[in-house]
Amino acid sequence: MGILVDKNTHVIVQGITGTQGSFHTKLMLEYGTKIVAGVTPGKGGTQIHSIPVYDTVEAALEKHAANASIIFVPAPFAADAALEALESRIRIIVTITEHIPIRDAVNVMKFAEQVNATVIGPNTPGIVTPGECKLGIMPAHIFKPGSVGIVSRSGTLTYEIAASLTRSGLGQSTCLGLGGDPITGLDFVEILRMFEKDRQTKAVVLIGEIGGNLEELTAKYIIEQSYPKPVVAFIAGRSAPPGKRMGHAGAIIMGKAGTAESKIEALRSAGVKVAEKPCDVARLVARLLNA
Amino acid sequence: MKLFEYEAKAILTKYGIPTPKGGLVTKASQTREIATKLRSPFAIKAQVLVAGRGKAGGILFADSVPDAEKAARKLFNMRIKGMLVRNVWIEEKIRIKKELYFGVTIDRVNQSYVAIASAVGGLEIEEIAAEAPEKVIKLLINPQHGFHSFHARQLARKIGYSGSQLSVLGKNFERLYSVGMDYDAELIEMNPIVEACDGKFVAADARIIIDDNALFRHQQYQKRLLEGESELTQQELSAIRNNLAYVKLDGNIGVIGNGAGLVMATLDTIQYYDGRPANFLDVGGGATSKKIAVALKIVLSDPNVKALFINILGGITRCDEVALGILEAKEKVGVVKPMVIRLVGTNEEEGKRILTEARIHVLESMEEAARKVVEISK
Repeated sequence: MGILVDKNTHVIVQGITGTQGSFHTKLMLEYGTKIVAGVTPGKGGTQIHSIPVYDTVEAALEKHAANASIIFVPAPFAADAALEALESRIRIIVTITEHIPIRDAVNVMKFAEQVNATVIGPNTPGIVTPGECKLGIMPAHIFKPGSVGIVSRSGTLTYEIAASLTRSGLGQSTCLGLGGDPITGLDFVEILRMFEKDRQTKAVVLIGEIGGNLEELTAKYIIEQSYPKPVVAFIAGRSAPPGKRMGHAGAIIMGKAGTAESKIEALRSAGVKVAEKPCDVARLVARLLNA
Repeated sequence: MKLFEYEAKAILTKYGIPTPKGGLVTKASQTREIATKLRSPFAIKAQVLVAGRGKAGGILFADSVPDAEKAARKLFNMRIKGMLVRNVWIEEKIRIKKELYFGVTIDRVNQSYVAIASAVGGLEIEEIAAEAPEKVIKLLINPQHGFHSFHARQLARKIGYSGSQLSVLGKNFERLYSVGMDYDAELIEMNPIVEACDGKFVAADARIIIDDNALFRHQQYQKRLLEGESELTQQELSAIRNNLAYVKLDGNIGVIGNGAGLVMATLDTIQYYDGRPANFLDVGGGATSKKIAVALKIVLSDPNVKALFINILGGITRCDEVALGILEAKEKVGVVKPMVIRLVGTNEEEGKRILTEARIHVLESMEEAARKVVEISK
């Protein structure tokens, strides 16, 4: 159970021979992720951690069945890799690569929408369904199987909160990062919809940040749908001044839009419990699950 | 990366969009030579990259060459919102009948480019949208089909034009879209594009922001940015060159962390305990000891910093690398200010051992560390 990835996920790694690709392939294999093949143009016929490497996705899929891909390809070539996977009918694509040009990302997302595929990222830590499948770069030991779904706009802050949930005995169904690039494939609402259908998920933790209006749209969705599962949120960037971009492409307050206050107020009015500090999230979740 | 008005106008001209005839003045003494080639009256404009330049007095007008020289001298001696005026652009002033807006930018929610037109130009588009939302016409662009002539004509019609004017205006919209795509603009706008008294259209001001992630495709501008011909401070420049995300704030607690979300949450937690962060600095994923040392140097170059908070949660970043970086910086930069370090995650034990042996205390909880650094900073 969990969402998007589980023990039946069979993975190809694009950019498997690079430093990050190779390192994380090893860690994902250790976690038990079913990696069937790797792709690096020009390195076909070699092996990495006993995983066969091919020159193209097409060649890999002639020999192996896969339904997901994780991309470590450098930014100038990452969109090409994503389109290649989509054309080869891979329907879940996790793009770890950060700083992909907007024009390239827009093309990828449009094609993904047309073929009904899911793109996680770019600039995401990935997705993990604890105990079943880790498709990403997150440290494995901070997660354990359980009933809390986590969806986030950030990486390390997600680890911070996941680790504190685990310490409090609250395991996770699935945990994923939407990604920090200007254009990303998923939003909070799509994930909430998936968590609603997932029987393992009993509560959702939403980690947002300043900039854009994803959190406000989520609050609206929660009200309109009378969302049936409890939601706890943390919003980063309360202390951020307007007009300064805080690392992530989207994390910037423009005029009155995108402030933490606006997001927190919208979520609270939708009945979401909003934590003051990252360490308060676990306590709020525990209280809601025991209620 | 923001382009200067004169750079943007040069590109627009190359694509056939009419702009006022003008020239760039890099020293006030050149004004006469350039102005005499133009027809009066003149508009004299400071070349700075801040919004609201006009309101801040950065645009002057003159009827004669001597007045233009006076205006240019005045601008060269000005600071606009803290920015030194290094260049001035002089152009022929247009007799304006109407100011319009046209731009192309990103719509994040729809994961798409959006074309925006309005019959009320001259203001910031956000202001136009706030004051008269019905006057802002938006059109989502399908990346597979692009922005066509008929789209441009539809927009021209919706902001009140017909006949040959509609075709000419539409053509300029189309050209601007081409510039936007060719230059990887995350924002490109003509604000205003002016309908002159003779019925012709002229882009009176132009703004281009190139997508930083695509700068590798635009070497010429990347080079200008990295060589310091921009309005970045030394610290910001050093951060960009080393791939660090740095934002200066006005408090006294220096902050270094890994991951934008975590660093933001760290600033929030400091503020929660009534402390004041001096900066945002994200070293990113997988930072090496060298990068940590550079980060420390940047943060410590701010004289307001009284104490440092290093908050690292190791995923791909290794705590032992961070620890070595801290020691390296301590030696090279001579860190004498108190440091509070919170270090957990990959290779945590090794990281802690390195620091403890150097008599640097390491904490495990972010809240505890935040409280402590606030206490020291008071």
